[in-house]
Amino acid sequence: MGKLLVINIIRFIVLIATQVFLLKNIGYYNLSIPYLYILFILLLPFGIPNFLLFLLAFFTGLTIDVFYDTLGLNAAACTVLAFVRIIFINLTVQRDGFDNEPDPSLGIMGFRWFIFYAVILTFFHHLVLFSFESFKFSEIGYTLVRVLSSTAFTVLLMLITEFAFFTKKVRK
Amino acid sequence: MRNLWLFISKYNAFFLLIIFFIISLILLVKNNNYQRASVWNSSNQIVGTAYEKVNEFSSYLILGKINDSLALENARLRNQLASSFRNDSLKQVVVRDTNLVQQYTYTVAKVINNSVHQKNNYITINRGQKHGIKKGMGVISSTGVIGIIMNVSENFATIRSLLHTETKISANVSGNIGSLVWGEDNFDPRYATLKDIQSHLVIKKGARVSTSEFSLFPENTNIGVVSKIGTRNGDNSLEIQVKLDTDFSKLQYVYVINNLLANEQLKLEAQNKTE
Repeated sequence: MGKLLVINIIRFIVLIATQVFLLKNIGYYNLSIPYLYILFILLLPFGIPNFLLFLLAFFTGLTIDVFYDTLGLNAAACTVLAFVRIIFINLTVQRDGFDNEPDPSLGIMGFRWFIFYAVILTFFHHLVLFSFESFKFSEIGYTLVRVLSSTAFTVLLMLITEFAFFTKKVRK
Repeated sequence: MRNLWLFISKYNAFFLLIIFFIISLILLVKNNNYQRASVWNSSNQIVGTAYEKVNEFSSYLILGKINDSLALENARLRNQLASSFRNDSLKQVVVRDTNLVQQYTYTVAKVINNSVHQKNNYITINRGQKHGIKKGMGVISSTGVIGIIMNVSENFATIRSLLHTETKISANVSGNIGSLVWGEDNFDPRYATLKDIQSHLVIKKGARVSTSEFSLFPENTNIGVVSKIGTRNGDNSLEIQVKLDTDFSKLQYVYVINNLLANEQLKLEAQNKTE
């Protein structure tokens, strides 16, 4: 339990720092912008209570917002992300068979499940983020292109990160 | 009552979504009126200090380029020194000129946070109220116009960059005045759009675009060069694409302009309104 807490705190700090000091300056003009920090919310353990998940997602978004000067924008997107995560996990994972609660990481859940999970969750996060950022319907086509290309960029970075810290512990 | 409680706890994820989403939306709408009067932005003391620390490290990486640009600017300034002109006439008359009154003073500042990929871009500098920075002052760099001071804290100030949908700068291209905007349909940080130039005027590609006498910057401050003449709009005006002189992504040092006569002008113009 203590180890889980320490790992998540370190992961939070590293991901936030990477996002605001490095990835903020990277992007293909305005079209493709990576938001890797949501990997923190994606990798929270399965057994986390809903309320804690929402609270953590909200504060993660808020921390990013303070650095990006967009208070509430990332927080809203992360809240939606948390909700989609709960639904997705309820639909695809049987919770009964676990002897100890694992993480939803690439090494444990397998490549096919993880990429599906990452793409769906990232898509919803970016959809909310970019549509609230532009805040008008007249740019809907442009916004969708931004969402799709940014999703591709973010998921690519997530896969690179996950493979870099790959530990194979396939669940039984 | 018990059924209601069961219903809520069964679908708790949905209710939590509603609660947190509404909190975020309230924050978003209340604070993001273009980030005005908000302490939760990068002029915040803690965030500002964090950015300053990281910037200290990252600025080492482009020291070479900065040196080059400073050397260039030194050379340019040296050219303007009185000592670099040779007087060829035989008779020398010293004229003490009292007609010239200094109108602008410049404060140098270091950029500690910068963005170019957002829809609305902001720059944070390490000068604030302590150093005499006030809201609404213009900011330039050695290459051209940067933006307008938006929020000021004690030690930091945020600039609304030229790369912001709200920024409008009165610009002059071969004697014709238009307004320079960014972000209405292009989001490329290398280009801006010049509007309100009458369509019958002939503007050449490569013509220099600089600030006009109506802007809050000194007249003839560089902005960029005309790179593409667009089609005419419905209202008989041209849309001209301007290639900016300044590379916003590599910004390190900027100058904040203090217009010494601005107060007098504003006071006079305010009188017109009350009458």
